[in-house]
Amino acid sequence: MAKPDEVAYYQREDLLKVDHHPPTTEWMETPVNFRPGSYIYPGKPKNLKILDLPNPREWAVADDDWKLPDNWREIIFEGMAERLKKYSSFRVFMDTCVRCGACADKCHFFIGGGDPKNMPVLRAELLRSVYRKDFTALGKVLGKLAGARELTVDVIKEWFYYFYQCTECRRCSVFCPLGIDTAEITMFARELLGLLGLYINWAIEPVANCYRFGNHLAIPPHGLVDTLDFMVDDIEEATGIKLEVPYNKKGAEVLFIPPSGDYVAAPGIYTCMGYMLMFHELGLDYTFSTYASEGGNFGLFTSHEMIKRLNAKIYAEAKRLGVRWILGGECGHMWRVLHQYMDTVNGPADFLEVPKSPITGTVFENARSSKVVHIMEFFADLIRHGKLKLDPSRNDHIRVTFHDSCNPARAMGILEEPRYVIRSVCNHFFEMPENTIREQTFCCGGGAGLGTDENMEMRLRGGLPRGNAVRYVQEKYGVNQLAAMCAIDRATLITVCDYWAPGVQVTGITELVANATVFRGEKKRTHNLRLEPIPGMEADEEGEENAHHE
Amino acid sequence: MKILVSLAAVGVLFLVGLLGGTGTVPEAIFGVILPYAAVAVLLGGLAYRVLSWANAPVPFRITTTCGQEKSLPWIKQAKLDNPSSAAGVVGRMLLEVLCFRSLLRDVKARLLEGGKLVYGTSLWLWLGALAFHWSMLVILLRHLRLFTSPAPSWVGFLAKMDGFLDAGVPVFYITSVVFLAALAYLLLRRLLDPQVRYISLAEDYFLLFLLLGIGLSGFCLRHVAKTDVAAITELAAGLAQFRPALPASVAPLFFGHLFLVCVLAAYLPFSKVVHLAGVFLSPTRNLANNNRMARHVNPWDYPVKTHSYEAYENEWREKMKAAGVPVDKE
Repeated sequence: MAKPDEVAYYQREDLLKVDHHPPTTEWMETPVNFRPGSYIYPGKPKNLKILDLPNPREWAVADDDWKLPDNWREIIFEGMAERLKKYSSFRVFMDTCVRCGACADKCHFFIGGGDPKNMPVLRAELLRSVYRKDFTALGKVLGKLAGARELTVDVIKEWFYYFYQCTECRRCSVFCPLGIDTAEITMFARELLGLLGLYINWAIEPVANCYRFGNHLAIPPHGLVDTLDFMVDDIEEATGIKLEVPYNKKGAEVLFIPPSGDYVAAPGIYTCMGYMLMFHELGLDYTFSTYASEGGNFGLFTSHEMIKRLNAKIYAEAKRLGVRWILGGECGHMWRVLHQYMDTVNGPADFLEVPKSPITGTVFENARSSKVVHIMEFFADLIRHGKLKLDPSRNDHIRVTFHDSCNPARAMGILEEPRYVIRSVCNHFFEMPENTIREQTFCCGGGAGLGTDENMEMRLRGGLPRGNAVRYVQEKYGVNQLAAMCAIDRATLITVCDYWAPGVQVTGITELVANATVFRGEKKRTHNLRLEPIPGMEADEEGEENAHHE
Repeated sequence: MKILVSLAAVGVLFLVGLLGGTGTVPEAIFGVILPYAAVAVLLGGLAYRVLSWANAPVPFRITTTCGQEKSLPWIKQAKLDNPSSAAGVVGRMLLEVLCFRSLLRDVKARLLEGGKLVYGTSLWLWLGALAFHWSMLVILLRHLRLFTSPAPSWVGFLAKMDGFLDAGVPVFYITSVVFLAALAYLLLRRLLDPQVRYISLAEDYFLLFLLLGIGLSGFCLRHVAKTDVAAITELAAGLAQFRPALPASVAPLFFGHLFLVCVLAAYLPFSKVVHLAGVFLSPTRNLANNNRMARHVNPWDYPVKTHSYEAYENEWREKMKAAGVPVDKE
């Protein structure tokens, strides 16, 4: 008998019985139903202690008593007052919503689940109602009639449930006529919950790991060396190329920052192998850092302060090593931090140089202040200048579609670069329907710290819109791979595809690039980086033209 | 319940206004004192609101990007949906404020039997909102002719355009009908769409009823009761020139209309109508996506506790050396 944290527990027919009609009870009178499979376990006290966070203790979501501090109400009110003073966004987003409902069916959790509190407008009202009661004149006088309500323990529990059912994907903010960003509201709500010691372990453990080890997965320096050494062996088996991995190399030109998901789990590891192969081929003077071994930053899902605390190591390490500029790998939320926060929280990076590709001479003017370049910008420039020898037919067995990851799409706008790269290395590329890609892309359902198995029901429901679009191109074009430049996608979309579009595999883009690149000194390529035989290129007895390229 | 309370509130307010016009209370209260008070509350309240937003810092540049970023020179940037310059931001804001760009993107998602999700373009909300806001603006501007004598020529021109059908006496304005029709649509949508109804607060209904009350009473004043415009002009112009005079022959209906307008003006700074100013301060729209090109400074930035490289190396030095990773201190 399957359990709620297992995919087998959920029948497709059951999940598809989504009722988008709201219940008869008003939302303020509808209590939270903490259903196993739809919420995430609390942060463990050891993780809170590592980070000096308040109120570390053992507690469980199903408990009546969440062991809040005695003065929890004051803490929340003071926390709200402080943030209203420090963030114009908080004030404006609390005051200006007109409840037009344009956002309602834009949230993947609402589409796939039907819970009205997953309509972005209601998610925000959960917080707004408390704001009205204590920070606005009308709310104080008119109370419920003005949409205001008392802050109670049940409200806190409701916040915990629904603000950890938001993946901060920002899709709703694209459609909002007032530009209200639910991700921002969720970030404030999570900060407030954090003041009471309410965290989810799936977010706060990576944060604690990242703080101590430099990466979410708690890989120590020697562990990283072992991990990448394994990949070096696999690379040699697939390509015949034996390469060296530079660690903490002082004076290197480029500091390379990947998401740590690419170190350990398939298919991310193949993209990591791709990074190393491509840099080797290009002769790029780069280095990994065991200390700044992660650009991903679950601080983004915790608090603004935590963004800064975890991100600080990147510029610090760039300075210590004396590199010229920084190159970032394929990750989604990491790029929101690198693009929208890093320069502000830990800049100015005046000790670095404006990034310039040593191979093409292109100066990345768009990164002249923060000095950090996205690997797809870097690759697109190389391909445009004809610096890579590509044989896309090696990917001919792949019929690929591209999933825009939320943050690169909506907090950066890197849309064409990955498409240009994919088209250059794959002959069979197919777009998903236009309402599901680019700035309207759908979340994988597991971002912002929600991609854990105990949250399986919500992951499958939230993954429905994406899965449905994948299924569409699978049936229409025979798509068999989905490319994504995000480590969380590469972990969570496997589950989503297996469930909603079985038969579609997940890949990183750099993996596709490396598989299509004709490397100097490579042996006849019969196997890809997954060490799977490449159809049409199997080792043959006749010993036809050998693919040695000098 | 929310709906009835809102409707009753507007009804009572209207009756109070009518009462002001029947001579039971000094007409100066409804004709002079309340309008001045309402405008004072409107201006003071709105200024307070805007300052409270503008005085709060913008610590981070959190643009929502809705198109291609500016990156390599041969990749075409979406300059309005993902602006990287001040001009681009101005363009984006103009599109947002004048054309409701974001609402124009609206698509409705539907889950069909068998689990297929389909998305359909849905322009009704965009159309309704656009019709409502623009017709209200035209109506407001048309009213200027009551306050100034002679009215500026562009007001006359606007009124002429608005009444180009040239039907009825006095001339029928298109916006009068569009305004009421758009409001009716917005109200029906709020009542009939189960999701929108579920998220609606009393305020949402109250404002719609209030605007409908203003619109209907205004329509009646012009086309049904055919009020003495000269008298109203005298009153309005007097108010505008701070020489209030109370003409004798103003119908009670006019006071009902005026009082609802006063209520709207005074309520506006405390209501969701502040979005008319707030939209300009929305950080996802009014900031350029030039984060990596130009540093954004957080005025309240403060040092935080971090894990230094030194501390990291101290913890792992021997393991690092054994694995061949260079260290700072042997």
